[in-house]
Amino acid sequence: MSSDFFILMKSELSLTLIIFILLILKVWDGIKDNSTWLHITNFLLLLNFALGFLFNTSGELFNGMYHTNNIIFLEKNILNFGTLIISLQAFDWLKTHKHVSEFYILLLTTLLGMFFMISSGNFLMFYLGLELASIPLAAIVNFDLEKIKSSEAAVKMILSSAFASCIMLFGISMLYGTTGTLSFAELPHLIVGGGLQIMSLIFVFTGFAFKISSVPFHLWTADVYEGAPVSVTAYLSVISKAAIVFVFISILHTLFANFESMWYNILFLTIILTITVGNLFAIRQDNIKRFLAFSSITQVGYVLLGLSAGGQIGTTSVIYFLMVYIFSNLGAFGVIGLVSAYANKENISDYKGFYKNNPMLSWVITISLFSLAGIPPTAGFFGKMFLVTAGASHGNYILVIVAALNMVVSLYYYLKVVKAIFIDPNDAPIEKVNGSFSAKLALMICMFGVIATGFASCIYTYINSLTP
Amino acid sequence: MNGIGLEHILFISTALFFIGVYGFLTRKNMITMLMAIELILNSININFLAFNKYLYADKLDGLFFTIFIIAIAAAEASVAIAIIIHLYRSLKSIDVDDADLMKF
Repeated sequence: MSSDFFILMKSELSLTLIIFILLILKVWDGIKDNSTWLHITNFLLLLNFALGFLFNTSGELFNGMYHTNNIIFLEKNILNFGTLIISLQAFDWLKTHKHVSEFYILLLTTLLGMFFMISSGNFLMFYLGLELASIPLAAIVNFDLEKIKSSEAAVKMILSSAFASCIMLFGISMLYGTTGTLSFAELPHLIVGGGLQIMSLIFVFTGFAFKISSVPFHLWTADVYEGAPVSVTAYLSVISKAAIVFVFISILHTLFANFESMWYNILFLTIILTITVGNLFAIRQDNIKRFLAFSSITQVGYVLLGLSAGGQIGTTSVIYFLMVYIFSNLGAFGVIGLVSAYANKENISDYKGFYKNNPMLSWVITISLFSLAGIPPTAGFFGKMFLVTAGASHGNYILVIVAALNMVVSLYYYLKVVKAIFIDPNDAPIEKVNGSFSAKLALMICMFGVIATGFASCIYTYINSLTP
Repeated sequence: MNGIGLEHILFISTALFFIGVYGFLTRKNMITMLMAIELILNSININFLAFNKYLYADKLDGLFFTIFIIAIAAAEASVAIAIIIHLYRSLKSIDVDDADLMKF
């Protein structure tokens, strides 16, 4: 029993251990140099990532409150990997920051919350994980301490995420009232219909839609992404979104399995709105973080398209796409983070003539944007292809047509950035940005991932073999 | 006399929920918005307790959920107030209309 506990909860335990090591190092106050801090943390995160591949089994703990299996371990590995990349990319920003250890303690706490959320077997555990993931996140959004924009973004983030959890909780309380249990194992048999349960589906769905910023509830996203420091924006748009989508899969596919026709209709509307509105707003942005915020809203629309398929094909395509999305989005955010740290410029118009002084970084961001747009040699194309194929499995071709048309629109604005970088003339382009070794390594890993995950079909097959 | 039934309590909690939502959407002061969120959370607490007492008196799930909601609401409020104070230092205002540096 006790060895079971250590093996099943190893991801959470190792993260907790890292948090405590950082706390003790902070209290000891022996490390004066920021680079040492960053190297130690990156090394610990690397160990944590490696541990994710050992001793993976399935089982449950605490009377079904906590459960885990191979697919959950894979999801946690993906999140661990993304956090490691973000940590490497944050090197140039945190090198001069006064509160490095606090940043990592808060960041890893949110990751811990996401892990508990993904493995939760009970609504109580799920709620605790969700709040553990979202409250410290608002604190790290505020981490550019001297900028007003950063505080404003944090206020918007915490108020809207608190409101979203409130709405979700109201739905959960209705579910409790009609079934008398909160356990994910018992609920699917008890959710059979009736007004209160339909209302609870709508409330829970709304809460999730807030958190993944799908369209009727997306208004906080752009502001928060623009105000937050670049590394935190990357974390918000990739890791926290991916974690909530992973839970959303199990909530919709297993918990509300009896309501499939109903949530399919809600998803149908949400997908069309999310993809279209995200695209239309992305066209008119000049701030590159805001631009990527709207592009990430669009990508969420595609993820929901895959999710709407249900069953094995839906789950596999969503997890595969999110993996590809981590590579391509972090590639783009890595370059933006370097430019923001050294040149302090965040507008698309500032990127004019970027190729002149920074040819390598230009190629990195171009390939990442191609992957986000879904142009064939990159992995993004395969990710989107699987998602759209999964979405078509219901025979609902309106969705697929809308998604395909929007892909054409999205090409316009992604290529607008590429055009600014390569073609537009500029008298004073951004100076040569000389990033640290960590950031360059992270960008290389991202580029390798963008190219390789597309061609290595074994990855998709592997994910497919794990999903039930 | 019949005593108070489940419906009465659910009526109060639902009313409280929508008062909270209304307050959150119309108030301009950030602290008041936070108070509106507390109202919503309290309506959820009442919901859980009422369901627990009237329908599932032999279980404790609802009670425990309520305790955790109260604890987390305190944590959330403390972080939110810390952020609001930080914003107040540079903006000299806690009115949401003044926090308009970013618009689309």
